[in-house]
Amino acid sequence: MSTIRFRVLPRTVPSVADETFIRTRNKWLTIGLLALPGMIIFLVFFLMPISQSGYYSLFKWNGFGPPTDFRGFSNYVDLVNDSIFIRSIGHSLILMSSSLVIQLPLALGLALLVGRGKLFGRQIFRAILFVPYVFSEVITALIWLYVLHPNLGLMNKVFDAIIPNFKFIPWLADRNIALYAIFLVLTWKFFGFYMILYMAGLQSIPKDLEEAGRIDGCNEVQVLRFITIPLLGSTIRLTIFLSVLGSFQQFVIIWILTQGGPVNATSTIATYLFKYGIQRFALGYGSAVAVVLFCITLFFSIGYQRIVMRQDYALRD
Amino acid sequence: MINYATAVTAPPRRSKRHINYNRVLLTIVKYTVLCVVTLIILAPSLTAVLGGIRTTGEFLAEPFGLPKEGIQWGNFERILTNPDFWNSFKNSALITGGVVIIGVTLSSCLAFVFSRMRFTGKMLLFNILSLGLLFPLVVAILPIFIQIRQLGLINNLWGVILPMVAFGMPGSVIILRGFFMAIPTELEDAAYIDGCSTLGFFRFILLPMARPAIAAVATLQVIAAWNEYFLPLLVLNDQKLWPLPLGIMQFQGQYGSEWALIMAYITILIIPVVLFYILTQRFIVTGLTGGELKG
Repeated sequence: MSTIRFRVLPRTVPSVADETFIRTRNKWLTIGLLALPGMIIFLVFFLMPISQSGYYSLFKWNGFGPPTDFRGFSNYVDLVNDSIFIRSIGHSLILMSSSLVIQLPLALGLALLVGRGKLFGRQIFRAILFVPYVFSEVITALIWLYVLHPNLGLMNKVFDAIIPNFKFIPWLADRNIALYAIFLVLTWKFFGFYMILYMAGLQSIPKDLEEAGRIDGCNEVQVLRFITIPLLGSTIRLTIFLSVLGSFQQFVIIWILTQGGPVNATSTIATYLFKYGIQRFALGYGSAVAVVLFCITLFFSIGYQRIVMRQDYALRD
Repeated sequence: MINYATAVTAPPRRSKRHINYNRVLLTIVKYTVLCVVTLIILAPSLTAVLGGIRTTGEFLAEPFGLPKEGIQWGNFERILTNPDFWNSFKNSALITGGVVIIGVTLSSCLAFVFSRMRFTGKMLLFNILSLGLLFPLVVAILPIFIQIRQLGLINNLWGVILPMVAFGMPGSVIILRGFFMAIPTELEDAAYIDGCSTLGFFRFILLPMARPAIAAVATLQVIAAWNEYFLPLLVLNDQKLWPLPLGIMQFQGQYGSEWALIMAYITILIIPVVLFYILTQRFIVTGLTGGELKG
């Protein structure tokens, strides 16, 4: 037997104060629910490790147990006195300047060629030129390990076929060439990425402006010099930024191709960090290298954004 | 007089032809440059594929030759029947799946909070998150490694997945936030008037509308996770946990002189990547350029 019971709910009208309280509570609950998981992962795997490395860099620490052997700034002093470290920075700077002088203009030139006007098969060209960017660095490096092989490699064979009496060049084993061989590989892999960015920039330039320039009597070079490239300014500034940061971060390709050798000729900050910090378990020393790397990145980024890219933000807002 | 008349009409015609001639020349220059560059880009990958379908001897004799002793399916068979390969494949799939699912979910939640909600400290949090753009994984690898060790995640796939999520998040959030902000506020107001909750609006209106952006972010994450080499190298000591980039390096170490086998391995890894790229090219380009590049 069941009796039907009606429950009479008390009709309470929430006061205004209650309602705003419930609303703010709900808002913060929503924010917490959505933002907390992400922010916690970011905190634990990004912010904490990075800020801790400043602390660890003051110790001599092989990673077993907590760091106890406090050494002050001696790691940094050792770092500055290590000629290999100084050379590694130099190599990173060479990679950086070569990519600014060669890689970016090449990408821009190709973007200008492929990017506009009527061109049959443009999408196919664009797709092919971008393919290396999708390859993993490991595959890139392995393929080029073969291409640059001193006796069997494709590169020497091609030159041998073109140039009579060509003497095979040990691309990755010659101290004077290895760094440039690596630069070649990096260009092969990354210029498609910059090209895509330039093409996007080119598409956002209204055609009327260039047309107007032509009507006013500019030749093609002048249109390019005084209209197209200035209008591409924000994209060019962005690619310079990415390219500089990128060249300080190269590791995998260099590591697989040369491991920083021969005789440290291709050692960069990242390979130095791996070789002398991680492989030798000198975690305090390695942390000091990491801190130097952070500082370079941070100062460059903030300075560049404040000084060079400020105009782009101003335009956008 | 007739000559005179033709003389008057002739010049414009000639000049018109002159322009055409220039254009044709320009087109020829364009195509030549493009073809040369395309060849340089393709040649290394092509040799890898051509190496994979021939014997090592053939490959080393001429890098660009066609298979004369028949296509060496045996090369591929040896790799595809290797349990280590499939094990690495499984690990790569697990890492990639984990990074993409967790990364995209968390990033879109964060992007929603940063684009659609108002609260004190929002810009501060967002700026802190944006800091992440400055430090890619390579730069911060040592601190990350120390942290993973202290959390006891060495030899654990989570030790690879979670840092990759953390480092992918800033970029993803910024891309998604841009898309979310572009969706008009009127829509949000209409949804709330119709009795939709904040979460409901996010889940049933915003997310479906931002599908292209989410696809773009997911695609970039797939590429990053599938290709990652450095982090697994440090975190995973156990060979059973190695993903493909580590697997192929180990294979290369073992079969160093059998070039055909290594090239076959590379080919096997390239093909799905290229297919994936062809299928998702649109999203990759959107992701990298913020949707500016079309056609």
